[in-house]
Amino acid sequence: MTEGYNFAYLDEQTKRMIRRALLKAVAIPGHQVPFGSREMPLPYGWGTGGIQVTASVLGPDDVLKVIDQGADDTTNAVSIRRFFAKTAGVATTTHTAEATVIQTRHRIPEKALRDDQIIVYQVPQPEPLFRLESSRVETRRMHGLADYGLMHVKLYEDVARFGQISIAYDYPVMVNGRYLMSPSPIPAFDNPKMDRMPALQLFGAGREKRIYAIPPWTDVRSLDFDDHPFRAINALEPCGLCGATDAYLDEVVTDDKGGRLFVCSDTDHCAERRDAGHVGKDGVP
Amino acid sequence: MYVTVKGGEQAIDAAHAWLAEERRGDVSVPELSVAQIAEQLGRAVDRAMSEGSLYDRDLAALAIKQSQGDLIEAAFLLRAYRTTLPRFAHSLPIDTASMRAERRISAIYKDLPGGQILGPTYDYTHRLLDFTLAAGGTPPPVASAEPDGEALPRVPDILGQEGLLEPDEGSDATPGDLTREPLLFPAPRDVRLQALARGDEGFLLALGYSTQRGYGGTHPFAGEIRMGEVSVEIEPAELGFAIDIGDIVVTECQMVNQFKGSKTVPAQFTRGYGLVFGFSERKAMAMALVDRAMRAGELGEDVTAPAQDIEFVLYHSDNIEATGFTEHLKLPHYVDFQSELQNVRRMRRAAE
Amino acid sequence: MTAPLTAGFADPVLDSQRCFRSVLDGMARPGRIHTVSGVIPPAPLCSAAAAVLLTLADHETPLWAHADFAPARGWIAFHCGVPDAADPARAVFALSMGLPDLAGFNPGTHEAPETSATVIVQLPSLTGGAPLRLRGPGLRDSVLLAPIGLPADFVIVWRRNRGLFPAGIDLILCAGEELAALPRTVAIEEA
Repeated sequence: MTEGYNFAYLDEQTKRMIRRALLKAVAIPGHQVPFGSREMPLPYGWGTGGIQVTASVLGPDDVLKVIDQGADDTTNAVSIRRFFAKTAGVATTTHTAEATVIQTRHRIPEKALRDDQIIVYQVPQPEPLFRLESSRVETRRMHGLADYGLMHVKLYEDVARFGQISIAYDYPVMVNGRYLMSPSPIPAFDNPKMDRMPALQLFGAGREKRIYAIPPWTDVRSLDFDDHPFRAINALEPCGLCGATDAYLDEVVTDDKGGRLFVCSDTDHCAERRDAGHVGKDGVP
Repeated sequence: MYVTVKGGEQAIDAAHAWLAEERRGDVSVPELSVAQIAEQLGRAVDRAMSEGSLYDRDLAALAIKQSQGDLIEAAFLLRAYRTTLPRFAHSLPIDTASMRAERRISAIYKDLPGGQILGPTYDYTHRLLDFTLAAGGTPPPVASAEPDGEALPRVPDILGQEGLLEPDEGSDATPGDLTREPLLFPAPRDVRLQALARGDEGFLLALGYSTQRGYGGTHPFAGEIRMGEVSVEIEPAELGFAIDIGDIVVTECQMVNQFKGSKTVPAQFTRGYGLVFGFSERKAMAMALVDRAMRAGELGEDVTAPAQDIEFVLYHSDNIEATGFTEHLKLPHYVDFQSELQNVRRMRRAAE
Repeated sequence: MTAPLTAGFADPVLDSQRCFRSVLDGMARPGRIHTVSGVIPPAPLCSAAAAVLLTLADHETPLWAHADFAPARGWIAFHCGVPDAADPARAVFALSMGLPDLAGFNPGTHEAPETSATVIVQLPSLTGGAPLRLRGPGLRDSVLLAPIGLPADFVIVWRRNRGLFPAGIDLILCAGEELAALPRTVAIEEA
């Protein structure tokens, strides 16, 4: 562990402040709790909110997994995992099933999370209404009144103009039938995983200084209309490496002649399937 | 066959090693010392301290060295360091009226008690590259004199005697602290001033400038600008009296702004205030303009311009926040981009 | 009042982390009972309530404490540095022997429901009482909790609190070394 810094970097006073915010966040599912976000040694926008939440929940017995875009080996995931290995000395893993705390940017793992796991989302913009109303004084008032007409109008206009709702990621959800919430910029494909998830879901927005949460088994509904129900979007083919048909896929450009390869974005999921003998059309047995 | 890319860890290590080599540059050129930076790049050190919210010339100089002179990066290093420091005490308000001023000018009086002090300013230098500096050497000696000890009353206090300037309401309330509490609205002036003092010089400069060009006019006069050393005092509870813990250099700007009055307030001059660490007249002046602009609402003026929009100014003045979020766009976003790709493809299919 | 102060957490960093995880899990799963040990506070403060205070309370969180806890005030002040909230409406945390009058505490507002008080309710036991059925966020179906020491009309009092949502008071029930939480969202009926 790094000398000269407290366990998991944050001082105890800061952890207490964040822990109090987390408890209120859990008690008011989907409500953004303002907190005294600290300046972390990583840049704002790079996971400082998630890092502060993780640092406040993490203990020596935890096993931490960090993913960015679903992958454990993307540079920012590596950097954050190293930060905690250095400052908290915790065990880390790339296996979803082995982790007790999973910090993520932009994805929810494919493997269903369990009741003894916590998932921490890095959130760049916690305010789901920010594109429609830039003033946070106004949006706070709207949340207070559960006045979400603006969002419904925006979705309705989408349907009128495009014949469908045009939001592909950071697709707004209603939590427990009360709060409109940003699920963070996960693809809409992942939204259904949030609904009645057995794991506790925590969200940290460092720059915007907000924490929010979804308790386990809580209703999380993607906004839609009866005649235009929510549909998760994905590529139309199976993973080229492991053949998975139900996983979210990244598109890899393989040449300059239009060659494309679709592979699982969740690298652990893909590796596990390949280890179990599944082979896609571009993979090797 | 396709093999997924691995090796983020080695890539990061390699990048850091390369950065260190780049930072040092040609090893046949002597290495810069932190002391050289602290002594000879004073304005850069001032800016890093001011935006880094930490008054420590040596640490700021180190941060500038570490960041290769990228002052936002340097301020970021200082901020990340300062959050880990324990707080032993809170200082008493500094008294700028008893500043040991190296510069003091007023644009609204020809002469005033204590006089105009030009000080070490670039104002009247002709901006001609000085090639003798390239050759190095010691500047010619400067004539010096003992301070005459004459008091330097603050210009707003002079104006205030006549009741022409709005009174400066003192307060014993504990000021807010953005480094400990989230910004919430309505944001009181103490919090606004803290945000401006930490804010990005370029952003404040542009906003202040915009008020002069009609975007929320404030009709400013530079009542007074003073730069110099002030004492920092704390009053430990167990002692019951103040003790001097050291000096800091600050720049203070008092803008005096025309105000026609309103239904409840008679015509008088109003204040805009700027205070920053070190010698930074530009930022102190810009800060004073923006402070006054943000008071539009409370003074009953129309709020129409960006500089008057408190929420807009406060949410965008911090360059550590701004640089982080702007630059985070270079992080991988391919999952979201993929979902947009599929979305656009789906919508085009539907349209065909 | 002159008795020497007993210790707080043996390892303040790791013990408070462990206790926090219990409270977090308790708040996320209403009615689930966690055991928190390792603190020996002065009577009548139970060790679970003491651990919760050590974990969450500090100089930023005014505490209102029931008069019964007077013998423990010195210990709490020393270890947590909490300011006294003489007025319960100003309390961030409250410490109560049995259920206090919830109406006296700050329930927060619809715009800032997170400013509401958290009330630590010390009870004789979290088990063995008349069973209550809990439903709501955090619970897959319903669960039972049978604490001893809540008033007979608790279900009615709670319904009123829950009706304030998103404002409302959150409770942490403590007995001996055990704790369970009742966030404002949980629906409670007699089982």
